Order: sequence, then structure tokens, then C-alpha cells
Amino acid sequence: MLAYLVRRLTYGVGVVFGVLLFLFVLFFTVTSPDDVARKALGERVPPAVIEQWKANHGYDQPLFPGPGAWTENMLFEHYRRMLTFDFGRSDADDTPIAQRIRSGMMPSLTLTLPLFGLSLLTAIPLALLVAFFRETYIDRLGVVISVLAMSVSILLYIIGAQYVVGRLLHWFPISGFDSDPQLIVRFLALPLLVGVLAGIGGDVRFYRTVFLEESNTDYVRTARAKGCGEGRIMARHVFRNSLIPLLTRIILAIPFLFMGSLLLESFFGIPGLGAITVDAIQGNDFSVLRTMVYIGSLLFVFGQIVTDLSYGLVDPRVRLE
Amino acid sequence: MSALLEVEGLTTTFPGRDGPLPIVDGNDLRVERGEVLALVGESGCGKSMTALSLMRLVPKPGKIVAGRVMLGGRNLLELPVKEMRAVRGRRVAMIFQEPMTSLNPVIRVGDQVVEAIRLHESVSRSQARARCLELFGEVGIPDPEARLDAYPHQLSGGLKQRVMIAMALSARPDLLIADEPTTALDVTIQAQIVRLLQDLQRRTGMSILLITHDLGIVNELSDRVAVMYAGRIIEVGTRPEIFRAAAHPYTQGLLRSNPVLATRGERLPEIAGVVPSPESWSEACRFATRCSRRFEPCLGEVPTATFVGDGHWAACHALAGESSEGGEP
Repeated sequence: MLAYLVRRLTYGVGVVFGVLLFLFVLFFTVTSPDDVARKALGERVPPAVIEQWKANHGYDQPLFPGPGAWTENMLFEHYRRMLTFDFGRSDADDTPIAQRIRSGMMPSLTLTLPLFGLSLLTAIPLALLVAFFRETYIDRLGVVISVLAMSVSILLYIIGAQYVVGRLLHWFPISGFDSDPQLIVRFLALPLLVGVLAGIGGDVRFYRTVFLEESNTDYVRTARAKGCGEGRIMARHVFRNSLIPLLTRIILAIPFLFMGSLLLESFFGIPGLGAITVDAIQGNDFSVLRTMVYIGSLLFVFGQIVTDLSYGLVDPRVRLE
Repeated sequence: MSALLEVEGLTTTFPGRDGPLPIVDGNDLRVERGEVLALVGESGCGKSMTALSLMRLVPKPGKIVAGRVMLGGRNLLELPVKEMRAVRGRRVAMIFQEPMTSLNPVIRVGDQVVEAIRLHESVSRSQARARCLELFGEVGIPDPEARLDAYPHQLSGGLKQRVMIAMALSARPDLLIADEPTTALDVTIQAQIVRLLQDLQRRTGMSILLITHDLGIVNELSDRVAVMYAGRIIEVGTRPEIFRAAAHPYTQGLLRSNPVLATRGERLPEIAGVVPSPESWSEACRFATRCSRRFEPCLGEVPTATFVGDGHWAACHALAGESSEGGEP
């Protein structure tokens, strides 16, 4: 178990180092620091100003290690800063990135955590229900609705919900955010509704497939043969075994809750990490973008290790060695 | 002896290209109290579907379309779902061919047996656990205390089948349906399981419907034998009658081709041809295409049962011809 953990962590470090190398190639060599400076300052600025900007942002060293500059180069600096979580300042507006992440985390989590919970609480019972009524019209109807729901673009849900619920019915504000808990609920209503609707089709279909696969196993037949009712079979025999494939999807999603939701946050004016990322993409704010991708890769590696460990909890056949 | 289970005209169909295919085709079957009835036949002849039909556990899209399954004065096919559930496990229990996959891999085997006990009896968990321990002892599981908390993957195939048997016996059923209970096991383990079933049957007096293609096990275990071919039961008789004087050409061929019963040093005779697929089952005698005694009526109509001995009948035109010509009854 410990050996397994050490091995997985070693792989994880390898993955993160690879991601960092990829980021360096993309954001330092494909787009040079000079390009970045010009994007931030404008095309018609004197070279001295650009050099000054590069110095301020720590982009004034040679890119690669060479004689006399084994540590004084951008590649080394890139790794050093990322690995010590010294993210520096935004290329676009000079604010400290660490502070922006801290301030964006809470709005993101207030959206993504309830969204995650609500999605699970709606999709899993619905999928169990549809699987329970397998090969009946309820099942077929459920599949058709799921496919329809997942075929519609999330943008349509966003615009539709904003128009119908916000503009026509005036139930909830169209967009915005507030730190006052009472107002938050009103602001989050629409993005939560849209998030659940947009995800539920694919979720129900996936969970249904997993449940159905388990429903056709020999041990379910054994349970029936000993007199188990269908409800009990679903809850005790099918669900327990389905947890193994379900966990992969569910636990792997948890780390990304911290990253926020790109589309929901930017369309509903929620100042979370998703919105920050979208702004960074649109504003060529590469230092912010690098940081977000790096944090994302850390969370992904972490999520995978937790997923693997959790298999050991739900499946007695799994031994982590 | 009196009949425990009486099956009449049982028909189970599966959808085929040109309409429903009767995988179990209008079969009659009687299981007496305290007897072991063997249902034998080649793979795909419908024996497992017959067993699952009795339990009303035919997998979709299969459907029981006709017949009666009388147990204790009630037609199981007409019972409300809830009452049928009370029959399963309690009156009729079942064990399967694949002990490897028939137990739930994430639940401790003891808990699976405890679940079976508590489905039919309102006893506490600890009482059920004590019963489970007893049952494990009865079915010869060594060190039963430790095995209670084992997961299926920690047990060998033979032990898993013993757990399945313990689970099946937990509510003292009147009838145990054993669907190829030894097929997936090693030969030495097979013999142990056969002896165990024999021993348990004698002690409890339950009836066993033994589904198998292994004539050696039939010879060891059964009181009577029903032979199935292409969806239909074609011969029924006591074990000695069947082994000594099988009447149906198919049963004769089956016995001749058994290595255990064959003469050493001689080439093992086989039945020419292959079992027809359900798509090509005819409305005449389905064995006719492979039968050495085939004559005209065989290709024309379904043969009816002809009695050839006490409680021994076979459905064959050749026999019907003989008896109508004044041959042996």
C-alpha cells in the first residue's frame, strides 16, 4: 500500500514535470517574452520600455541554461516558481496571481460544490429508476430524453434560462454575484439550474449503462433466485457493484470543482477561477493561464491517486501493491 | 410417492428472426417428493431455460407463454410477483453452473447467506449468522467461522459452490434446482459436490431437479431421468430403465457416446450431425435429421409419447409403429 502510494506519487511528479515543460514550450518559446510584452504594452512602444517590462516580470533572462547561466535562465525559473507556488504577477494588469486565485476560489466553490451535489442527487436516482424499469417505455423515454438533453448546447441552456426565468418570469437575477449569503442563493439559482440540466442527460445515460451492466450479472440472478425483491437488488447488489465504475467519474470530478466552471461563471458574472481563466485566455494573460493549467494538472494527478485508493475501499478484490 | 411439482405444457419463447422461437416447447414434467430427477441433454437444448422458467427467472427478452407449474396446489406462473418471491429460495431454491460469478463479489459470503435466511424468516442478524455457521458445517466448509467473513474471491470454486448450496438450503426448500452444479469444477471437486448433494438430499428429504449433460453424475445421483432434445422432452424413465433400456434413438445415441459407459479399446460412437439451431426446429420429430431409424412419418408430424415400460415413455414414431403393430407395450 505504501509502496503503491510512493510509486503513484513518482508517476504523478513525472506527469506534472511534463506539463510544466509543455507550458514552457508553449508560453516561452512559441510565444517569446517580447511578444507577451508587446501584447501587454501595445505594438508601438520603445524597446527600452519593453526591456523594463520584461525585467519587472522576471522575463529578462536567457531562455535556456548555458555556460555561466545554469540557474539564471527562464526554464529553471519557470520550474522553480511553479514548484514553489510563487506565481508572480499577471501579464495583463500586474496583480499578484496568488491573490487572484485566493479571491476566485470561494465564488467558484459556492457554484461548483452545490452543482456537483445536485447533479449526483438527481442523476443517480433517475438512472436507478430508468434501469429499474429496463426495457419498458419508461426506460426508453428516459434514454430519449437523456440523449436530447445532452445534444443541446450548454449555451442554449444558458441563454434560454436567462431569457425565460430571468427576463420573462423575473424569478431570479440574470447574472451577478454577491458575498451576502442570502443574495448568493438568488444569484446562484440560474447557473445551478443550467448546470444540472446541461449535465443530467449524459450522467443519467452513463449511470444507467453501468447499472444495467450490473443488473445482468450472475449474482443478481442468484439474488433473485433466493427471493430478493427488485428494489433490494438495485440498492444492495447492483448499486454496490456499480460504485467501482462510478467512482472513477465522480472522484475524478472533485478536484476540478476548485477550478470553477468556465462557461457558467463567465456567462453569469461569477468572479470565480473559471471566469478568471476565460478572461486570461481572452486577454492573452499567459502568466495566469500557465498557473491555471499547472494547478489543474496538480489536481488531476491528485484526483487519480485518490480514485485508485478509493477502489480499495469499495472493491474487496482490489489490493493496492 | 406423490408429486411435488407438476409441469404441464410449459412453453418459453425467445424472439427470433421469423417470430418467437419456443426454446422450451410445451413440456410436461413431474418431480416426485424426495426424488432426484435428472434433466439431461446437450448444450442449448433448453434445459437451463426450463429450470429458469420454473423459477420465473427467464432473462429478457424471453417469455413464458403457456403452461402450468403446479407446486403445493398453486400455479407458480399465475402467482402475484410478491408471492412468487416468497416461493423463490423458500420452496424452490436454485444453484448455478458458475459458482465463480454467482456470488456477489463485494459482499462477504456469510452476509449473502444471512440475507437469504432473513428474506424468508424474521430472525435477528446474529441468529441468522449462527444458522449460517451451522449450514456451512452441513455443507462441509472447513473452518466455517473464518469463512463467514471471506469474500467470494478468497474461496476456491468448490468452496464457492458449497456456499451456494448452503445459501440454497438456508430456508429448507422442498425442491432444489441444480443447474449443472459441477460443470465448472475440477473433476475431484465434482465428485465431492455430487456426494454432498446426495447426502443432503437423503438427510433433508428434499427433491432435486438436476440439470446436467454429464451421464456419470446422472447415474450416480438420480432416481429418474428426463431427456431433452431441441426444446422438447423426448424420453422419461427411471434411471435403471433409461440406462438399461433406453427407447428413444437419441437417448440410445447419448448413452453409447458416453466414454464412461463405452467399451474400452473401441472407437467411441457419436451421433452423426449436429443439434439443429432453434431457427431450424421443425414441426415434425426434431431428431429425424440425425436418426438412423428414420422413416416417413418422422418428417411429417410430432411424435407422441409411447409407453415402453412402467413410467417409462419416449416420443418416437418408430416406437409408436411397433406398439400399434402389436409389439412390446
